[in-house]
Amino acid sequence: MHYVVLGAGPAGVVAAETLRTADRAGTITLVGGEPEPPYSRMAIPYFLTGKIPAEGTHLRKAPGYYDTLGIGFRQGTAEGLDTDAKRIAFADGSHLHYDRLLIATGARPVRPPIAGLERKAVHHCWTLEDARNIVTLAEPGSHVVLMGAGFIGCIVLEALAMRGVNLTVVEMGDRMVPRMMNPTAGTMIRKWCETKGVRVLTSTRIKSLQSVAAEKSRGIFGFLRRKEAPRDSDTIDVELDTGEMLAAHLVVVCAGVKPNTDFLEGSGIRTDGGILVDRYMRTSANDVYAAGDVARGYDFSTKGHDVHAIQPTASEHGRIAALNMAGHNVQYNGSLQMNVLDTLGLISSSFGLWDGVEGGEAVEVVDHDAYRYLCLQFKDDVLVGGTAIGMTQHIGCLRGLIQAGTRLGPWKERLRRDPMRIMDAYVAHSQMA
Amino acid sequence: MQRSLNIDPGKCTGCRQCEMACSYENEKVFNPSKSRIRVFTFDAEARFVPYTCTQCAEAWCMRACPVDAIRINLGTGAKEIHNDVCVGCKVCTIACPFGTVNYNADTGKVMKCDLCEGDPACAKACPTAAITYVDANWTGLDKMRMWAAKTDSAMTAN
Ligand SMILES: Cc1cc2nc3c(=O)[nH]c(=O)nc-3n(C[C@H](O)[C@H](O)[C@H](O)COP(=O)(O)OP(=O)(O)OC[C@H]3O[C@@H](n4cnc5c(N)ncnc54)[C@H](O)[C@@H]3O)c2cc1C
Ligand code: SF4
Ligand code: SF4
Repeated sequence: MHYVVLGAGPAGVVAAETLRTADRAGTITLVGGEPEPPYSRMAIPYFLTGKIPAEGTHLRKAPGYYDTLGIGFRQGTAEGLDTDAKRIAFADGSHLHYDRLLIATGARPVRPPIAGLERKAVHHCWTLEDARNIVTLAEPGSHVVLMGAGFIGCIVLEALAMRGVNLTVVEMGDRMVPRMMNPTAGTMIRKWCETKGVRVLTSTRIKSLQSVAAEKSRGIFGFLRRKEAPRDSDTIDVELDTGEMLAAHLVVVCAGVKPNTDFLEGSGIRTDGGILVDRYMRTSANDVYAAGDVARGYDFSTKGHDVHAIQPTASEHGRIAALNMAGHNVQYNGSLQMNVLDTLGLISSSFGLWDGVEGGEAVEVVDHDAYRYLCLQFKDDVLVGGTAIGMTQHIGCLRGLIQAGTRLGPWKERLRRDPMRIMDAYVAHSQMA
Repeated sequence: MQRSLNIDPGKCTGCRQCEMACSYENEKVFNPSKSRIRVFTFDAEARFVPYTCTQCAEAWCMRACPVDAIRINLGTGAKEIHNDVCVGCKVCTIACPFGTVNYNADTGKVMKCDLCEGDPACAKACPTAAITYVDANWTGLDKMRMWAAKTDSAMTAN
C-alpha cells in the first residue's frame, strides 16, 4: 500500500505519523511544496521577532525524524491529478502513483486587486520565505504599513510591532479581528494596540501603491496629504481612500487566504471554496482524502462543513483522515472554531459560536479600564460559544464545556450573575457530579 | 508500572499546601497563582476540589502544539512542556478541554503539570492524602476519564 500525503504542514505531518502508527508496513511519501523541511506557519511570527531561528518553526525537531519513521519526504509542486490512473503530476515533469492520497495542500494568501501590489517591498506573511523577506525590511523605526487586521493580520501586527517598526495597520472592516471578535472585544483590542503606539485605521481601504519618487510631481498637494514626512528609506506611497498618503519602507499584505486547489482542475474532485469532504475526510474521488486548510471539514458547532484555517483543526483532520485511509472506519465529530491571540500583551480568545445563536442567550462582563472581557453564549443551559480578553487561566474549559455539551443546570443562573465563575462551573460538573 | 495523581476531593480541607509546594518546586516562589494544581472552593457546598492535568491519553495540548514543544516523558508518561522549544503561542491553552495548561506572562511560556519527574511535590505536601501518587490502573481517575471520553471531539469509532 502506497500512501501519498500531499502537503507538509501540520495536517500532512500528523497524517503521515498517524498512518505510520496505523499501518506499520505501508509505504508513506510526504510531499512538501516549499524548499524547507516540514514547518509550521504558526511559528513564523516568533521567527520574525527573533525568538526562534528558522529551524524553530520545524514541525518535528529530532534529526532524521522522518527517516526513522520510514516516511519518505520529498519536495514537489503538484500541477495535476488523475484520479483514474491514481497519478499526481508535478511541475518538474515527474509523476507519482498512489494507492491512497491525502490532499493537505493548505491555503495561500490572496492578493486583492489593488494597483501597485506587485511592487518590491510588498510581501505576504505566509511562508518562511516571506518571513525572511520581511526580516530584512522591517528594521527598527522603519515605516511599515500592514494591510488587514484579521486574525493572521493581528498576529503579524504583534510581531512587526515587537521588531520596533513604526506601524500603521489598515483594515477595511469596522473593527479589528471582525471574524473572531464582536464589536466590544474588537474595539478593546484596538484601544490597547493604540496605547502601545500602533496606528490603527478601520473602515479604511488602500486604494493604490505608488512610488514615493512620484511625490515631487504632486508638489504641495502631495505634501498636504501626509501626516508624517517620508524617510529616506521609504520607497512606497500607500494611498488610502481617506485621501491620506502613507510613506512606507515595507507593506505587508494579510488580506485573507484561499485554498490550494488549482491543481485539482479536471480531476473531478468536488470543491466549493475548499475541497468537499464527508465525515470520514473522503473527497468525491475514490481513495482520495483531504485535510486541513484546504478542506471544508465538519464543524462541531454549526453541523455544517467549513474551512476553519486553524492549526488545531488541521492536525485533527490529519489524524482522522489517516485513520480512515488505513482502514479504521472513524467518523469525525467535528472541530471547534477557536483562536487565541496575543496583541502586544493583551490576550484574547474565542470559541465556537462566539456570536451567539438564534434563541440563545448571552451573558457578559466587561471592564474597559482593566481590559478584561468575558462573553458566554448559551443555548438553553449549554455553552455554545465564548469570547475572553485578559483571561489566560483555565481558558480551555470553554472548549471542554462546549464540546461535551454539558448541561449546566443551576450553574447557568450562577453564571448569569457572575460569568467569571465559568471554571468553577466546569470543575463542579467534571469533579463533583 | 506508570503511576498517576489520584485526587480525592472528599479528603481535601482547602489548606492549599499543594499549591504552595507546586509553585515552589517548579517556579521557586511561594505563589499559588504559579501553581499547576489549583484548589477550587465551593463555598455554598463547603467543598474543596484540587484539580490538575490528568496526563490524558488524547493529549490535545501536545497534538495542537505547532513546534513539538510538548513531549511525553517515557518514564512517567507525563506530557511535558519543553521551555527551550515553546514559543508561547498559547494554542495548547485553548486546545486542552480541561483547562489545565496556563499561560505564564512572566516567562512568555506555558505551564502544566509534569508529575515532577515522578515525585510530585503536591502529593508529598498534602497532609490528608487527598492527593496521592499511585499505580495508574487502580486510581479513581475514572471519573475524569469518563469526562474525557465525553469531550472527545475527534471521533466515534464504528
Ligand atoms: C503568520 C501565521 C500565523 C498563524 N497563527 C495561527 C495561530 O496562532 N493559531 C492557529 O490556529 N493558526 C494559525 N495560523 C494558521 C495555521 O498556520 C494554518 O491553519 C495551518 O498551517 C494549516 O495547516 P495545513 O497543513 O492545512 O496547511 P499548510 O500549513 O498551509 O501546509 C500546506 C502544505 O502544502 C504544500 N503545498 C501547497 N500547494 C502544494 C502543491 N500544489 N503541491 C505540493 N505541495 C503543496 C505547502 O508547501 C505546505 O507544505 C497562522 C498562519 C500564519 C501564516
Ligand atoms: S494538559 Fe490537558 S490535554 Fe494536555 S495532557 Fe493534560 S489534560 Fe490532556
Ligand atoms: S504555547 Fe508552547 S507548548 Fe503551547 S502550543 Fe504554543 S509552543 Fe506549544
